[in-house]
Amino acid sequence: MAGQSSGTENQVQLRQLRPSFSSRFKEFFIRHLQVFFYSLGLLSRTPFSTLLTAAALGIALALPAGLYVILDHAKQLSGDFDSINQISLFMKQDVSTQAIERLQKKLNAYPEIAQVKHIDRAEALKEFQENSGFGDALKALKDNPLPHLLIVYPSLTHNEPEPINRLLADLKKLPEVDLVQLDIQWLQRLYAIIHIAQRGIFIIGALLALAVLLIIGNTIRLAIENRRSEIVVMKLIGATDSFIRRPFLYTGFWYGLFGSLIAILLVNLSLLMISNPLTHLSSLYNNSELFSLGLMGINTSLALLLSGCILGWLGARMAVSRHLKEIEPK
Amino acid sequence: MILFDQVSKRYPGGNEALSNVNFHLRQGEMAFLTGHSGAGKSTLLKLIALIERATTGNVIIGGKNLHKVSRHTLPYLRRNMGIIFQDYQLLYDRTVFDNVALPLIISGFSSREVKKRVHAALDKVGLLRYEKKYPVTLSGGEQQRVSIARAVVNKPALLLADEPTGNLDPDLSLEIMDLFMAFNQVGVTVLIATHDIPLINQLDKRIVHLEHGQLLTAEEN
Repeated sequence: MAGQSSGTENQVQLRQLRPSFSSRFKEFFIRHLQVFFYSLGLLSRTPFSTLLTAAALGIALALPAGLYVILDHAKQLSGDFDSINQISLFMKQDVSTQAIERLQKKLNAYPEIAQVKHIDRAEALKEFQENSGFGDALKALKDNPLPHLLIVYPSLTHNEPEPINRLLADLKKLPEVDLVQLDIQWLQRLYAIIHIAQRGIFIIGALLALAVLLIIGNTIRLAIENRRSEIVVMKLIGATDSFIRRPFLYTGFWYGLFGSLIAILLVNLSLLMISNPLTHLSSLYNNSELFSLGLMGINTSLALLLSGCILGWLGARMAVSRHLKEIEPK
Repeated sequence: MILFDQVSKRYPGGNEALSNVNFHLRQGEMAFLTGHSGAGKSTLLKLIALIERATTGNVIIGGKNLHKVSRHTLPYLRRNMGIIFQDYQLLYDRTVFDNVALPLIISGFSSREVKKRVHAALDKVGLLRYEKKYPVTLSGGEQQRVSIARAVVNKPALLLADEPTGNLDPDLSLEIMDLFMAFNQVGVTVLIATHDIPLINQLDKRIVHLEHGQLLTAEEN
């Protein structure tokens, strides 16, 4: 043995060897990459428990994500109803056709108004005679009882409840107008409900994000406990805290990623399951496009993936900073 | 290299493991630390490795007062010493190669360097052929040699060993001691705690004797 080592005598130095700065800099990234896959490898060694944890995370993430998707579509649905968001102006009987055309031009210039449609009283009567089934009875009338009607479509920038109310007040002041009609209450109620639902989803989302943090934190705590002796050895041979922390942080990241992938899967499956009965409902409204959820959008999916990964990393970080200090060589 | 200046260590509960120890080990020196179980051998090594901190007095390693070493800089100090344990402290889910490579990976050596140096270290302890094996498949003496390879792979200036031959038979023990002697010959400072008096009497090295936490012999040869 002594003979063996004397052959390598000239290689041994008194100073401890240090890698060059550029080597350390480069190795830093290579190690990150290695730990990235190493931590994935560790998880794949226990596929069942990894899957269980990821599924728990997936369900916790899927609930707020799914609700968000539905709410998002509900908002779009109310957007579709904007076309119904029209104001009917019934003119006074004595207003002439010329005056109405002038008014129509005037209203068209309003920034709040996208379009004004004139329904002539004579045409309206004719249509009513043809379609209502009271044709003969109406012919018996000497005068046309119907007033001229202007239908005002508010512009897209002004179809929130408040600006519409202001527009409504303005229109009521017009001297030619007899009656202004808009059923706005249902719209206000819908907006109010959406606001409540948004708040509710925010609360549920925050609680479940907390649950995700706790699940990952606990999983990482167990992983740290399992590797206690390894951590002691690492510390003894001079590993820094960040070196020891790194694989656990990546493990948290992977859990978050898998959890959010499962969540995306669950949400899309649920949407697919709802889509058929929804199409049926739409067909009852004679509008097959009215209620359609489709799949989760790419932006929502990416946001879910990102928040899953961040939550995973954060949960691991919390667990590691709490438990790593307790493990010291004895 | 190692300087103990009036060092005492009292554990919580009042048990004084070391009392007023003065001790100097020069660079390139090799010494054995002996004494009965509980005499304070392990405590002395733990103070050097910063596993424990002195209650009073100063421990100075390579010119650095360990009082001034923070939690943050401690890992970098430990990289200057190779530590060897009675129970080897290997990682059993990794191969011999990966175990020995660990200190180099922690320091940030490139894969090529790591491979070269691990091979050199394993060659020195005569275990190059086992690099792909797992530690459990090796005998106690072989596992201890793996842990020695790990301790010397980054060529530290100081080697510490706590009962390195405690689990080994006399022949294997002598082999391990020969290994330490060889590292000492090329300039490494070596401090070994052991109670194997017959073994170290065969070797012509300085012997430091501890009894009830006090240094009895500190003569330098």
